[in-house]
Amino acid sequence: MMMLFNMFRRGSAPVARERLQLLLAHERAARGQPELLSVLREEILAVISRHVPFEPDRVQIRMDRGKSVSTLEVDIEIPNAAGMPLAKAS
Amino acid sequence: MAQVLVVTSGKGGVGKTTSTAALGAALAQNGAKVVVVDFDVGLRNLDLVLGAERRVVFDLVNVINGVAKLPQALIRDKRLENLYLLPASQTRDKDALTEAGVAKVIDELRGKFDWIVCDSPAGIERGATLAMRHADAAIIVTNPEVSSVRDSDRIIGLLDAKTVRAERGDRVQKHLLITRYHAGRASRGEMLTIDDVLEILSTPLLGIIPESDEVLRASNIGSPVTLANALSAPARAYFDAAARLRGENVPLAVPGESRGLFTKLFGRKAA
Repeated sequence: MMMLFNMFRRGSAPVARERLQLLLAHERAARGQPELLSVLREEILAVISRHVPFEPDRVQIRMDRGKSVSTLEVDIEIPNAAGMPLAKAS
Repeated sequence: MAQVLVVTSGKGGVGKTTSTAALGAALAQNGAKVVVVDFDVGLRNLDLVLGAERRVVFDLVNVINGVAKLPQALIRDKRLENLYLLPASQTRDKDALTEAGVAKVIDELRGKFDWIVCDSPAGIERGATLAMRHADAAIIVTNPEVSSVRDSDRIIGLLDAKTVRAERGDRVQKHLLITRYHAGRASRGEMLTIDDVLEILSTPLLGIIPESDEVLRASNIGSPVTLANALSAPARAYFDAAARLRGENVPLAVPGESRGLFTKLFGRKAA
């Protein structure tokens, strides 16, 4: 009912409402827990650095929190010379 | 029995100090003995909004440090003889407020007053957590605007975790006070509506303070709006909110909305 009303209502308030509902659902779920993003970043980087050297500055991490699915995008630039010894790593 | 209230919000500039002054005065105008306590150490303003800025001698930090006794630091309002102010200090030392010191002051105030209204600083740092620490009830001041609503949600989380009551497994009673509400803009879809905010924060509504020039005028002259112009729309909204704090059942009308919101709002319970 409210949604229907919103659809016919002009203005930006319905957008504000939707954005807040989505954001707060995530923030409430994360409350009291360590920041998921930083934990994931640290662990992923630790695993990769065991096998290949890379510049920490050349790492890009993006997160997009959606309603039902969130994506974590980790983009690591690995120098070509370092890319080879992968097989050797223990 | 004394009631300790914290007026809090997370976000700055939403009307905490204005609301502390107006609600404190409204409760005192009804005959209760009230003290308003400024917790914004370093950036005090409650003295200014109450028109007592030239009468500050000692402050909260002086009382905590033992430089002054509590009665020496309390400033009695010139218009309302049962309204008192305990000002914050202007010191820049962030650690001036201690947990034990605040506990002792609040305890002493409980013996002297019916209502202790703590004006929280913005943010979620020490000053804000100490202001809410001993609260029996909290007034969360929110503007119908995204950043304010988000910060209010954060503060509600802190009230449920960091207060003495929460740590005892008890609850701090939470009340939402929506300020700077503009009915016309909400009905045109330009501003979040009361229903939007209530649904998102699922906290019972204490009152709606309409956007009004009277609020600015009151702070210009150093008077709570309930004293400066008792018949103005914001003053009446604050009087009603104060009555609800006392437990009176005052109907709540949303400005500019005619649907059966009264039953809707009062049917709501905290999550």
